[in-house]
Amino acid sequence: MRDVAVIGVGLTKFGELWDKSFRQLTAEAGSKAIFDAGIEGKEIDAMYVGSMSSGRFVGQEHVGALVADASGFSHVHIPSTRVEGACASGGLAVREGYLSIASGMNDVVVVGGVEKMNDVSGNAATETLATAADQEWEAFFGATFPALYAMIATKHMHDYGTTKEQLAQVAVKNHANGALNPYAQYQREIKLETVLNATTVAYPLGLFDCSPVTDGAASVVLCAADKAKEYTDKAVKIIASGQASDTLSLHGRRDICTLDSTVYAAKMAYKQANLTPKDIDLAEVHDCFTIAEICAIEDLGFVEKGQGGKAVENKITTLDGSLPVNTSGGLKAKGHPVGATGVAQIVEIALQLRGDAEKRQVNDARIGLAHNVGGSGATCTVHIMEAV
Amino acid sequence: MADGGVARFWREIPQRYNLIGNKCGSCGRVFFPPRESCPYCRRKSIGKMQELKLSGKGEIVTYTIIHAGPENFKKQVPYPIAIIKLEEGPQLTAQIVDCDVDDVKIGMKVESTFRRIQEDGYTGAIYYGYKFKPLK
Repeated sequence: MRDVAVIGVGLTKFGELWDKSFRQLTAEAGSKAIFDAGIEGKEIDAMYVGSMSSGRFVGQEHVGALVADASGFSHVHIPSTRVEGACASGGLAVREGYLSIASGMNDVVVVGGVEKMNDVSGNAATETLATAADQEWEAFFGATFPALYAMIATKHMHDYGTTKEQLAQVAVKNHANGALNPYAQYQREIKLETVLNATTVAYPLGLFDCSPVTDGAASVVLCAADKAKEYTDKAVKIIASGQASDTLSLHGRRDICTLDSTVYAAKMAYKQANLTPKDIDLAEVHDCFTIAEICAIEDLGFVEKGQGGKAVENKITTLDGSLPVNTSGGLKAKGHPVGATGVAQIVEIALQLRGDAEKRQVNDARIGLAHNVGGSGATCTVHIMEAV
Repeated sequence: MADGGVARFWREIPQRYNLIGNKCGSCGRVFFPPRESCPYCRRKSIGKMQELKLSGKGEIVTYTIIHAGPENFKKQVPYPIAIIKLEEGPQLTAQIVDCDVDDVKIGMKVESTFRRIQEDGYTGAIYYGYKFKPLK
C-alpha cells in the first residue's frame, strides 16, 4: 500500500444557504480544494462524492456525475462515484478515495461531500434523516432519529450516572469553538442554562443537544504521498483509515451505550498507524447529539467507558484541554450537512496539522483523528492524520 | 413512512400482529424480526431457521419521551418509545402505552398489546402492530 496525503482543502460556509443550490455548493468547495492544492483539472484521476439523501432533499440522484459536471469536469470525463452511508457518507467517500490511491490505481483524487437540506420543510428533513434508522422496525413505530440517541442517553445516565449538565457542557464547548470558526453555522457562545432550559425534543435531549439542519459542502484533494511535494509544501498524511459496521437498528446492538462500529473502526485505524489513543493530539468526533460526543470519546479509547461525561465536565476536551475535541465547533455548532460532515472533519484536522486553524489553532498539533458515524452507529469511519 | 406501500406493510403482518420471530436450529438463539440466517452460525443455519411465536413479555432496557414527533405521530406527543428485551432474548423498539409517561422506567416489566400504530392520512390505510403496556 502507498502512503496518501491531503494536499488541498475547501469548505463552503455552513448554514441556511437559501441563495445557493446543491450544484453551486459542490462546485464551490471543490474549486477551493483544487486551488488550495495547486492542481489542474487534467491531473485528477477520479472523484468520490459523499451525499446521504440528495434524492429526498433536492429530488436529484446520480450526483456523482452531477458533481463532475458542475465542477467543469464533464468534458474531460473524469470518473466520479457517489458514496452513501447515511451521516457517514463523507467519511466513506474519503476512505474510497484513500483506498484508490493506496492501491496504486490513482495518483490524485478529489473527494467531496455535500448536503442541501433546507430546500425541504423541517418535517421532511426530519423524516429523511430517520431513513438512516431502520424504517420497518424503528421508524414505523414512531421512533425519530433524536429518539434513538435519546435512548442511548437515558441508558448512559442510568448505567454511569452521566448528567444532563454534562451533556449540556458538550454543546457549550462546541458553540465556544464554533464562535472561532468563520465557516460555522452558529458562531455564538451559549450558556449552560440555555441548553438546559431549551424545549425537549426527545427526553433527555433538548433542542440544544441536537445538531442543526444545514446546507454545505466540503472537499479535499488526496494525492500519493511521494508525489505531494510536486504540488504543495502543506501536505498532511493520512496514516490510517478504519471502517466498521453494526446492526442497522439500535435495539440489535450488543450494548446500547457502546457504538461497536466505532470501537472496531478505531481498533483498525490504531493498528494501521501503530498508535494508541494516548498519541492523539486532537479529534473531530461525530457529535450529532451531545450524548454522541460522550460515547465517541469513550469508544475511541480516550477515556474509560462511562467516564465521558466526567471528562467533559473536567474540561479535558476544550480547546486548551489535554485532548481538544471538535475544535471546528463539531456537528453541533459548525453544522451538519450530513454528506459533507465526514469530509469537513478531514478539512479541520488538516488545517490544524498545517497550523492554519487561526483563532482555534491547537498548539503543537501533530496527530489528529476524524470520527464519522452513520445512523445510530451502523456505520463508522475513523481516519488518523499526521503533520508532515 | 408507509406511503403507497400496502404490500410493504402486508408482508410484515405476522411479525407486527403476532410477534412471529424465528429460532436458529443450530445454536438455539431467537431472533425478532425473523432473520434469513443466524449471524452467529451463518451457513450452518441455512434451512434450519424455525418460526417461533414470542410471548410478548419483556423488560424496558432504555426509553425516551418524544416531544417532537413525525407527521403521523404528532397527535400523540408526548409519547414514550422504548427498547424492550423480550423473555426469549431478542430486543425490539415500541411505544409504551396505558401508563403515565412519568411512570416509564428502565427495568419496568411490560407485555405486548395490539394497537393502531399510524395511518396514511385521513383516507389512507391504517397500520396496526404491537405496543407495550405495564405487565399486570
